Amino acid sequence: MKLFRSLREKPWLQQPAIAGGAPAYAGPDTAGAARIALRFILAVVGVIFFLFIITFLSRSQYPDFEALAGAPWQPFNDTTRLWFNTALLACASLGMHFGLVSARNGKINGSIIGISAAVLFTVLFLLAQFDLWLHLQSMGFYINSNPANSYFYLLTAVHGLHMMGGLIVLSNVVFRVWYDSEPESLASPLQLCTTYWHFLLGVWLVLFALLSSSPETINTLAAMCGF
Amino acid sequence: MKLVIALILLIVGTLAFHFWSPWWFTPIASNWGMIDTTVDITLWITGFVFVAVNAFLAYCVYRFRHSPDRRADYEPENKKLETWLTVGTAVGVAAMLAPGLIVWADFVNVPDDATEVEVLGMQWQWQYRLPGADGVLGEVDARLISQDNPFGMSKNDPAGQDDVLVNSNELHLPLDRPVKLLLRSKDVLHNFTVPQFRVKMDLVPGMVTYAWLTPTRTGKFDVLCMELCGIAHYAMRGYVVVEEQADYDAWMAQQSTWADMQAIPAGNADVGKTTYLTCAACHGQQGEGNPAMNAPRLAGLPGWYIARQLKHYKQGIRGAHEDDEYGMQMAPMANVLANDTAIRDVTAYIETLHARPATNTLNGDPARGAGRYVSCGACHGANGEGNSALQAPRLAGQDDWYMKRQLHNFRHGIRGAHKEDTYGHQMVLMARSLKDEQAINDLLAYLNTL
Amino acid sequence: MQHVALADRPDELHDPQTFITKYVWSQDHKVIAIQYGSTAIFVGLIALVLSGLMRLQLGFPDTFDFIDPNSYLQFVTMHGMIMVIYLLTALLLGGFGNYLIPLMCGARDMVFPFMNMLSYWVYLLSVIILLASFFVPGGPTGAGWTLYPPQAILDGTPGYDWGIILMLVSLAVFIVAFTMGGLNYVTTVLQARTHGMTLMRMPLSVWGIFVATILGILAFPALLVSAIMMLLDKTLHTSFFMPAVVSLGENLSYEGGSPILFQHLFWFFGHPEVYIVALPAFGMVSDVLSVHARKNIFGYRMMVWAIVIIGALSFVVWAHHMYVSGMHPAFGFFFATTTLIIAVPTAIKVYNWVLTLWRGNIHLTVPMLFAIGFIFTFTHGGLTGLFLGNVTIDLPLSDTYFVVAHFHMVMGVSPIMVLFAAIYHWFPLMTGKMFDERLGKWHFWCTFLGTYAIYLPMHYLGFLGVPRRYFAMGTTDFIPESAQSLNAGITVAALLVGLSQLIFLYNIFKTLRSGEKSPRNPWGAASLEWQTADVPPHHGNWGKELPQVHRWAYDYSVPGAAEDFIPQNHPVTEDEQTEGH
Repeated sequence: MKLFRSLREKPWLQQPAIAGGAPAYAGPDTAGAARIALRFILAVVGVIFFLFIITFLSRSQYPDFEALAGAPWQPFNDTTRLWFNTALLACASLGMHFGLVSARNGKINGSIIGISAAVLFTVLFLLAQFDLWLHLQSMGFYINSNPANSYFYLLTAVHGLHMMGGLIVLSNVVFRVWYDSEPESLASPLQLCTTYWHFLLGVWLVLFALLSSSPETINTLAAMCGF
Repeated sequence: MKLVIALILLIVGTLAFHFWSPWWFTPIASNWGMIDTTVDITLWITGFVFVAVNAFLAYCVYRFRHSPDRRADYEPENKKLETWLTVGTAVGVAAMLAPGLIVWADFVNVPDDATEVEVLGMQWQWQYRLPGADGVLGEVDARLISQDNPFGMSKNDPAGQDDVLVNSNELHLPLDRPVKLLLRSKDVLHNFTVPQFRVKMDLVPGMVTYAWLTPTRTGKFDVLCMELCGIAHYAMRGYVVVEEQADYDAWMAQQSTWADMQAIPAGNADVGKTTYLTCAACHGQQGEGNPAMNAPRLAGLPGWYIARQLKHYKQGIRGAHEDDEYGMQMAPMANVLANDTAIRDVTAYIETLHARPATNTLNGDPARGAGRYVSCGACHGANGEGNSALQAPRLAGQDDWYMKRQLHNFRHGIRGAHKEDTYGHQMVLMARSLKDEQAINDLLAYLNTL
Repeated sequence: MQHVALADRPDELHDPQTFITKYVWSQDHKVIAIQYGSTAIFVGLIALVLSGLMRLQLGFPDTFDFIDPNSYLQFVTMHGMIMVIYLLTALLLGGFGNYLIPLMCGARDMVFPFMNMLSYWVYLLSVIILLASFFVPGGPTGAGWTLYPPQAILDGTPGYDWGIILMLVSLAVFIVAFTMGGLNYVTTVLQARTHGMTLMRMPLSVWGIFVATILGILAFPALLVSAIMMLLDKTLHTSFFMPAVVSLGENLSYEGGSPILFQHLFWFFGHPEVYIVALPAFGMVSDVLSVHARKNIFGYRMMVWAIVIIGALSFVVWAHHMYVSGMHPAFGFFFATTTLIIAVPTAIKVYNWVLTLWRGNIHLTVPMLFAIGFIFTFTHGGLTGLFLGNVTIDLPLSDTYFVVAHFHMVMGVSPIMVLFAAIYHWFPLMTGKMFDERLGKWHFWCTFLGTYAIYLPMHYLGFLGVPRRYFAMGTTDFIPESAQSLNAGITVAALLVGLSQLIFLYNIFKTLRSGEKSPRNPWGAASLEWQTADVPPHHGNWGKELPQVHRWAYDYSVPGAAEDFIPQNHPVTEDEQTEGH
């Protein structure tokens, strides 16, 4: 609403608030800028997964599509492995959160423990996802044998790449702690990383739900999207 | 000042070009006159806006050109003016959109009495299928497509047995009868376009699309592919013949059905051997060819290609051009073969022949020829092995002097110019990309290495 | 991400000293802008040469030996892709976006200078990958710039192997570069505006670039997604887009995919892409017109709203590129309606440009000539868009030369006119030198009249039904012989226009070497970029203190003011306050 009001301003008229002597402007708020940048990054990542999912639903309506769940011989009929991996990622997210809270309270050790746990669980998650690939391969579910399989490998790979990207940025933050052990200076970048981790956990939950859906659920979703 | 004159001249010039240009829609031959009307409405509205805006622009540039003793007006906005302009534009846009949507609704809804015709596209040819006596097209599946089953017909569907399969790029349509074109592709995207019909639609592999029309004028019209489909996209041509019902029925009677195609027996090589004695006089006992007699080698050529050429000679499609000296010698020889069975037999025998590789007679640079061969190899195969699906004969091992003469004939319209010579017509277009003799020699030198 | 921008630190010590840090690994937005700009113009020249080769074949078929059906399609594809992505997008956003945003918003630099530098180098990498495809076996892809599967990855299309893979990888790399740059542009506009610079006081250039960048950030992912899926179809034989096909007689293992799905993704990116190019051009031309007409831009608020509305609508019109693609024909009703609705805000922009000239005091400088030329060509190109957007008229015209003429008029000539206007307009600011005006005028006349001579007749080839992307027309029953002479004429005009760009290059080099020093603010512009401490601005742009903005960017010919323009950082006088205009 505020945006709409400001878009209706008539800029050629003098604005009384600004016409008076205002304090000198020092420069941009970089922490705020980083928050905005993160929002756009999340928007980009969100659009990427959104489009993948839309094409998934569209492709699922072709006769050769065989969902990965819904029948006893399908790999995700039993979701134990997926739940296990989800638990790993959730632990990573929790670790990030703990690290952030500690940094905010000035507890550098707690912060380091939290971040280390997050990194550990993230790596474990990636390994577990890779193991899941091997598992599906051994069951004969190759990437090109069915579009549902293609989407499984594609979506998990793209998600994994985003996790790895997060790890790279996080390692940058960790180095900062190493050289400059002021926990307060850590809180702000850590906040961004934590948001990113939570976001990717959310994306994974959506992917999980989609990949382990029965054909009926997928058909319903596709019908709702108009395919 | 120069700019004002230029702007006015451009406006006048554009109008003059528009009204005096000889380049305009080709006369219509279908029921879609409404499309032309919609174009006219849009032209008048947009033309008016074009002239009005730019004339006003020219006026402003002239009237408000820089002058040191005058200041520009200060006017941030003018709500009333802007509102009127918006409303006026919206009305104009609606006036263009409404007829468009009405005609589109016609296009989407096919009349019930339209007869179905299937157009099948492939790189870079057209084929057609008609429903036959039962009025129903049989089932097809791209995975069933093969040399013997070019349409991918299902053998189990009884509805398909009487389907008429037109294995040529020419389709006939009866006059004044609505027809629904079902469009199907074997490989990549194509687009079925007859400019005189106005409507067009893509052919998409994996699905069937449609368009409908009623032909309203007899004649033979070009079919063009209008969706980029690879190297020979521009050579993917066909014909639609619109004719009176009686002529149409006569054409239909000559076509063969899927059942007929399955019933064709294989050629008998033993019978063909006796027939070949006549041919051997020039083409050699082993089909090795004889440059002295201007007879190309036949050994190694695929049977379907020889059969098509023999039919073309018989029907005057090849060897009828006055500059085709050697083709005119061949035409009467081909007439010795009485019917299709005789042709099948002799080609079956020729397919059994083997001969030594041809000797090189030309000097060219094979390395440069390799680059030129890229476009050829799309159809004739990377190793010149030929490709029956594309109706492209084998080139490797053929006599270079013969290929040189044929390329010359294609380039000069001595061969392939006949309207019925579908594949020859493609070669006319392709051969023209070889601009001089050196280019041909290089190309053939490369082919000699294959 | 937490670095304080180098330029925002208080002392001067951080100014880059060595040649390498100053001109190569520079984090200064102005240097990066020039790096972006010169790379883009360099690849653009390659694409220009390719178009010349295509025109030679079309104008004079059966004459030239160096072009065959295979290479013709490769030239078509590379010309299109380079011009749309690697020239226009890169030059308008990477070049002008980078240069103008911090200066016009009153910032010292982009918010993330390091990422900004990275963006350029990644862009350069994508250009190198793209150009590398000329040297791989099979050459670059010849699938057309739309890269439609199945043909893009099947035998029978030039460069179906290495060429297409390199093209897709290059696009993916470009998208990474664009995203890094784009994050910077939006964040800088939102966060680093100087005091007093409200959103509605920003010049329209910034508005255009800002909205275009948001479009890019949201639209390029669609291209990335389709590129990844096509790469998998090509390399791992998945069947996202590939149905069961018989390619050149061979039954392939693909099954069940949908080529139309690719087209939806491609155009979901491709249509916003049109506005990614158009909106910055709209913005910059508004500023040029206003400055040289000595009059405020007419209907500023409407102009801003139109930019935002066009940007939003551009996401719901994509399938107007697909009326005859075989998608469900009922979509035609929806997309024709949305497409024609978008004509309304676009038309308003045209009216407001002309109304800006109305009662102005028009200086026909070189930038102004190009800007007025833009109004003419854009009106023409916009109006022909109403033909193609209207689903019924698209039936006879799609895939003909009418389409080619339309999008060149609206997306080729028009943005290029603005680019030249912008280059000439801001050249004194960028270099501190004034270009040769006589050469600039020659350049304008050749470009303006020449391009119109190319594209006006081309529409009529389209009415005739001449298909695009044809290596040679051969003989048909509906194209008269005279069409060939028309084609030859178009080729001659095209070659002349191509050659006349040498005037531009010569002018640039001559001015850089021995040009006259330009006055500080030669056009008398009110916007902030001309009010820097030095011209050309130094690293950090503003000296010790950031400027304070007191008014909008269009205070030209204000009644009662001493001069015919009041700079944005000029404090409001007592008189003005009492008058309260």
